[in-house]
Amino acid sequence: MQRFIPLIIVSALVLLFLGMMLSDRNPKEIDSVLIGRPVPAFSLESLAQDAPVLTEADLKTGKPVLVNFFASWCVPCRAEHENLMVLAGQYRIPVIGIAYKNEADKARGFLSELGNPFAKTGLDLDGRVGIDWGVSGVPETFLVDGEGVIRYRHWGPIVGDSLEKRLLPELERLQ
Amino acid sequence: MIRFFKMVTLVCGFSLPAYAVAVDEKPLPDPVQEAQARELMKEIRCLVCQNQSIEDSNAELARDLRAIVRERVALGDSPDNVRAYLVDRYGDWVLLKPPVKSSTYFLWASPFFAVLVIAALVFRRRRAVPTAAPLSDEEQAELQALLAQRTGEERS
Amino acid sequence: MAGELGHFSLILALIFALIGATVPHIGAARGDARLMALGDRSVFAQFLMAISAFSALTYAFITSDFSVVNVATNSHTLKPMLYKVSGVWGNHEGSLLFWVLILTLFGALVSWRGQKLPLQFRSRVLAVQSLLVVGFLMFILFTSNPFLRLDPAPLEGNGLNPLLQDPGLAFHPPMLYLGYVGLSIAFSFAVAALLEGEVTPLWARWVRPWALLAWVFLTGGIALGSWWAYYELGWGGWWFWDPVENASFMPWLAAAALLHSAIVVEKRDALKSWTILLAIVAFSLSLLGTFLVRSGVVNSVHAFATDPARGIFILAFLGIVVGGSMALYAWRAPKMAPSGLFGVVSRESALVVNNIFLSTFAAVVLVGTLYPLFVEAFGAGQITVGPPFFEYAAAVLMSPLIVALGVGPLLAWKRGKVSRAFQIVVPALVVALVAGTVLVWRTSGGYVMTAIGFGLAIWLLASVFLEIASRIKLWQAPGKAWARFAKITRAQWGMSLAHAGLGVILLGVTISEAFTTEDLRVMAPGDTATVAGYDFTFEGVAPVAGPNFTAVRGFFTVRGGGETLTTLTPEDRVYTNPVMNTTEAGIYPLIAGDLYAVIGEAAGAGRWSVRLYFKPMISALWLGALMMMIGGILSLSDRRLRIGLPTGKKKVQAITRGAA
Repeated sequence: MQRFIPLIIVSALVLLFLGMMLSDRNPKEIDSVLIGRPVPAFSLESLAQDAPVLTEADLKTGKPVLVNFFASWCVPCRAEHENLMVLAGQYRIPVIGIAYKNEADKARGFLSELGNPFAKTGLDLDGRVGIDWGVSGVPETFLVDGEGVIRYRHWGPIVGDSLEKRLLPELERLQ
Repeated sequence: MIRFFKMVTLVCGFSLPAYAVAVDEKPLPDPVQEAQARELMKEIRCLVCQNQSIEDSNAELARDLRAIVRERVALGDSPDNVRAYLVDRYGDWVLLKPPVKSSTYFLWASPFFAVLVIAALVFRRRRAVPTAAPLSDEEQAELQALLAQRTGEERS
Repeated sequence: MAGELGHFSLILALIFALIGATVPHIGAARGDARLMALGDRSVFAQFLMAISAFSALTYAFITSDFSVVNVATNSHTLKPMLYKVSGVWGNHEGSLLFWVLILTLFGALVSWRGQKLPLQFRSRVLAVQSLLVVGFLMFILFTSNPFLRLDPAPLEGNGLNPLLQDPGLAFHPPMLYLGYVGLSIAFSFAVAALLEGEVTPLWARWVRPWALLAWVFLTGGIALGSWWAYYELGWGGWWFWDPVENASFMPWLAAAALLHSAIVVEKRDALKSWTILLAIVAFSLSLLGTFLVRSGVVNSVHAFATDPARGIFILAFLGIVVGGSMALYAWRAPKMAPSGLFGVVSRESALVVNNIFLSTFAAVVLVGTLYPLFVEAFGAGQITVGPPFFEYAAAVLMSPLIVALGVGPLLAWKRGKVSRAFQIVVPALVVALVAGTVLVWRTSGGYVMTAIGFGLAIWLLASVFLEIASRIKLWQAPGKAWARFAKITRAQWGMSLAHAGLGVILLGVTISEAFTTEDLRVMAPGDTATVAGYDFTFEGVAPVAGPNFTAVRGFFTVRGGGETLTTLTPEDRVYTNPVMNTTEAGIYPLIAGDLYAVIGEAAGAGRWSVRLYFKPMISALWLGALMMMIGGILSLSDRRLRIGLPTGKKKVQAITRGAA
């Protein structure tokens, strides 16, 4: 029977590759391990003057919220900004923006130039909060439910059909 | 799909912050702890650049993670705790040395398993070779004749 | 014009290849010699067309004809001529064309040198080879045509990735491709043998030089790649167990196993079905590497720009070629019964052990490379299989291999004497143990693995030396030793040199891994840092302008033992087309090891962050690889091996025995 071993191994490998290629998967994307876990504790200065600090308590509102990590130096963030405006305006989803490794002035400039979709903001200058959230680059967007539990993470910019195909269905499931 | 890949390339290409943090890495004052930290860095995979350890990478995030590793080691965390800290945030993906658990038993056992499979292929069971029946008298005579003929040919 | 000529040549080549892949089989089935002989004409025609297409593309690159998309996206007028030429194979489409060129070249060589092979067998081999050409040509024409036009033509091209603009990398890919494609001949011979239903010692005599040639090229390609990584990537790493590196390492291991198992087939008419399987597997692993690099299934630093359509195409091709030949193997393998026998203690047995461990290592590298995909496919999360796993596998599997490698050549063919082998094994073992112990003692016991690696390397080197000494009876009859020495055949020298090369590499790996000294610091001009007893004085930086880059060059004067050794000049380059930053390490090799300096970022006030290293015995890696290559070439040049075709009729009949 040994003579069939190579054929079996080759068939299994071809099937594996085929499955991997047909699945809608990006080999560079690292799955978030925070799904299903409560948001990590943090406390960040706001971008707005005189606003209170942003903490994890701000995310437990009884309603789903989106947490978006962005930066003014990040080109794809500009690409997805329009969709964030749509989410906040049209869909009335509170979006919380965390400026990742971005100086306050530049982040403010970015928002005044492109419009501000964020209900609240935080300034993560040294990127430590980003690391606590398992962020590997910007933009990344987290969907947090009313209890403050992370339900979904969108990796990379929300562009193309990823708003309709990925993010909105996840939102609907929560509501 | 292709557009998506292009976007991804954009993300990866532009994820470097515009300002540079202090260039100099600050080694830990205690050489033993520093050595321990460096060993750990070699085991942690850089998230931005593919297939490098954070020790080898110039990426911003790798630098931050190096700082975290040093910080945890300085606080007296054991190597296992430091690893757990990072796995907690980025998953098993960050460990260049896959942890031994149910999904990796096969991987770690593969050298021993593969030796058996390969040996089975090398020593493929041979069909029982029919043992030659002794020659009959007629055949014996024929053989003698053939041999005689051949010796004759070679001489000529 | 050249573009259309190239395109047309490819279409003609496809037609010739289609004829060559089918008609000879019909001829073989009907016993029609004329139809079978068409295989020879077909491969020559394919080769001519491939030359024509490849020349057309090269011409377009040299003349910077940006109306060809491929040239516009991969070349630039300011690029030095060497890189305009290497740009031809430095991209996906051009590299495939290069594959086709080599596939057809080797096919033509088999036809030319193989006129003494029985017609039916030769026509089968050429038909299988033509089938591979068909697959690659269809891949090129349908998904990756290098001759597509761009209208209007841009005035300037995008340029080549600066990391690839390097002499090491200009020749690394073609060497690898020559190796991969060399294995295609072994594959074609194996499939033809399966179709004919017979493997003879003569078959092995034919396959072995091709396996050896492919192995020499793979060795060279891999060594160049790792050398490039060592001086270009800026932290002195030379092997990362990256999927693409593994993809070149697996065929290398399989080819190494194949060229050893072919000896057993040739000498003892045993191990036949296994050798056939190895020949198929070796080339399949080359195809797998191509698939991994170009499909985007795995992450790699070296990957080409990926495109799902291409991935699906190669996967289909892979499935047909590899799956088909494995099915053929499953069907025909029972026919390959061994006729020769050999004792448990014999050179053959040692070669079997060698085969088991080399192949197992290849299999484990495959498992490790693809394991993250498996885990993900079964929904068990994402994991990384990095260097620690492969190093563990290497330690587990290479240690017994190296032990066997030391003993094997000392054993006689067929039935060896343990006692004779012991006379040599024991002294080698003693030397190795002493070396390992001394190392542990000198480094106060901190390096068990290093001591084992060091001991194994010394064991291998000592046994190679003692084997030669015993061959020339250096101790028994020293008077005549020189005469015997001069009589050692090239094949024997080849074996000894290649085995010693492995020992040298192992020595370099263990010593450089364990004892590299590194210093990371910020230096101002005039500062001196001492690394491993060498004083590196930072003299400052100067701007440099190259043909298509600008750079900051640092100057480090290195003193050791009271005298000035050298000035290291590492660079931090910024290329203009495309814009990219690269580091060029400053390296000065000493006998004891390499002085290695990298310049980083400016730290203000004229200070720069630098990395300084002393890497002991690192040159042994490339020296060892060179020894292996020279060993392979020596063995290839041995007259007895040179396509040793029989002249007498009887032996020719031997290979056709099973044909009827």
